[in-house]
Amino acid sequence: MDWILLAELSTNGVFVGLMYALVSLGIVLIYKTSGTANLAQGAIAMTGGYVTWALATLVGLPIWLAIPVALVTMFGFGLLMERIALRRMIGQPVIMTIMLTLGVEIMLRGVLPGVFGAAVKRLDIGMPQQPLFVGELLLNRSTMIGGSISLLLILLSLFFFNSRFGVVMRAVADDQTASWSVGIRVERAIAVAWGLAAVSATAAGVLWGSTQGVDWSLSLLLIKALAIAILGGLDSIPGVLIAGVIVGVAESLATGVLDPLVGGGSRDVVAAVIILVTLLLKPHGLFGRHHIERV
Amino acid sequence: MFYRRAGIRHTRYQDERQLFPLGFDRGLIIAVLAILLAAPFLFDRLYVSGYLLPWLIWTSAALGLNLLMGWSGQIHLGYGAVMGIGAYGSVHLVRLGVPLEIAMIAGGLLSATIGTMFGGAALRMKGIYLAMATLAMQYVVDFVISHSSVISGGSLATLQVPPVSFLGIPLQGEVPTYYLALGVCFVITLFMLNVRRTSFGRALAALREKDYAAQILGISTFRYKLLAFWVSSFIGGVVGSVLAVTYLRAISPDQFHIELSIQILAMIIVGGLGSVLGPFFGTALILFAPILLNNLLGFTAGTFGLSLPIDLRAHLPLMAYGALVIGFLLYEPLGLAKIYANFRNYLLVWPFRHAQR
Repeated sequence: MDWILLAELSTNGVFVGLMYALVSLGIVLIYKTSGTANLAQGAIAMTGGYVTWALATLVGLPIWLAIPVALVTMFGFGLLMERIALRRMIGQPVIMTIMLTLGVEIMLRGVLPGVFGAAVKRLDIGMPQQPLFVGELLLNRSTMIGGSISLLLILLSLFFFNSRFGVVMRAVADDQTASWSVGIRVERAIAVAWGLAAVSATAAGVLWGSTQGVDWSLSLLLIKALAIAILGGLDSIPGVLIAGVIVGVAESLATGVLDPLVGGGSRDVVAAVIILVTLLLKPHGLFGRHHIERV
Repeated sequence: MFYRRAGIRHTRYQDERQLFPLGFDRGLIIAVLAILLAAPFLFDRLYVSGYLLPWLIWTSAALGLNLLMGWSGQIHLGYGAVMGIGAYGSVHLVRLGVPLEIAMIAGGLLSATIGTMFGGAALRMKGIYLAMATLAMQYVVDFVISHSSVISGGSLATLQVPPVSFLGIPLQGEVPTYYLALGVCFVITLFMLNVRRTSFGRALAALREKDYAAQILGISTFRYKLLAFWVSSFIGGVVGSVLAVTYLRAISPDQFHIELSIQILAMIIVGGLGSVLGPFFGTALILFAPILLNNLLGFTAGTFGLSLPIDLRAHLPLMAYGALVIGFLLYEPLGLAKIYANFRNYLLVWPFRHAQR
């Protein structure tokens, strides 16, 4: 195996992984504050992509305006989803909440392609598509830019957790009852977490949509996002960054090294294998907190 | 009104412990069974093989998943993969010349073995983590099936089911296949009706409510979680082989994708977690609501001259599943079975609604 190919695959993998990590950021945000797993995150990313495309193409906004408008709309969508659906599920078993988010996933996956048409939509945000040569390495410029933007956004969310509202959210994540009793509005913190998750998913949807086009397959990002979230430990944002890089590189290497051996398609199974191995060896992930349960 | 309890006086313990103490319930079930038994001679063959047969098969599968999710509270998002293992296992055995009766059981055992291996993850984790593990199982099994030509059968990836016979009756035409599906569904339903009266069923219920507490009560969570996965996967495997033999007739990997898992999940959520009647209702709704909606839309489009985009009609089933799952979870978490139970409870004391039940 020549090292140039390996280096190329891993470098591209790092950036792709960072773009995956942006999707999983939302899962972690929601799990951190409310303790529910959001299986609709991939579909929300798809929704974000569709909304941006609709604003840019159907409404005719210039792309630099369409993206912020889409982000704001999707923030509202996240708030609405929490208010309409998730808040009623407080006190229900975990099974029910997971199923509800899965129901949202299924429905979004039906509604958006149904309304806007199932064909792949082109979303041009002005990223150069031609590859970049660094020495002998052939790098994908659009994923590089996308990965860098993702990295920036994830770091930004880390800083956000040091702001006043971020401290509130960390308190809610730590102990809902205790933070409620000192006057923190727990519902609002959870709602904002859902809004922010929708925003990060939208950013991911736009970035992915501009590289591979907007269609229902964007919702398949869910399985990679879940792999990252599980590997990083479901409630750790630095974990998302590191696990994102690991998953991206593993997937890229699998595509380059394993595909010729098994005949293609190993890209899809890497995330699943990572989930299984993580859960069997270290169920709380690399950086997750251990939950102690009492009867 | 119908469900009169008045005048029923039990004088023997056996009478009190029977499955259906009310005469009307017994009559209703016998009537439904009689209609199902006579269905091939009563209805058009299109309805029997196009509606009743899939209803029975999918209901059997939903009952198997309901044992795991409704009774023992373990999440499984990869039930389609379990069925796929059973289907491929038994079809390969049948192609090797093994009789179908043995191949079905062997397919079930294969599913049970592999399903328990993945379900063994349940011993270390639960809730969302278990959901992720089983979701990963779905993807891994899909990958293995579709990428090993030994299993999926070469580049065309469609495996023909050879002509088979069950207990000496060749399974050709819709009548014998329908009776096979009906028989399997009947056996599974009988098992599910009785399992909650055994120590196994009660242990599963304790496990569902709080596994630590069950452990303290002396129920081995290790044993019963594995058993729950084993039994449910066994049922899934057998149903998978029935599905392959009676309905699909030629299996390909994409028939057992995540979509199948989601469909069966939606069936038990809509029907009612932890009930035997629920999967029957839920399957009917999930299978037929998209068809009905599509026909309705086509009809309105035809009468009022509207032209609906083809994409909208193609994605209608997904929208219907999603909306049904969300709606039932929000407004009736116990599903259609609970709605039926409410109706029955109302009629039990009608017209004295203040009466004690």
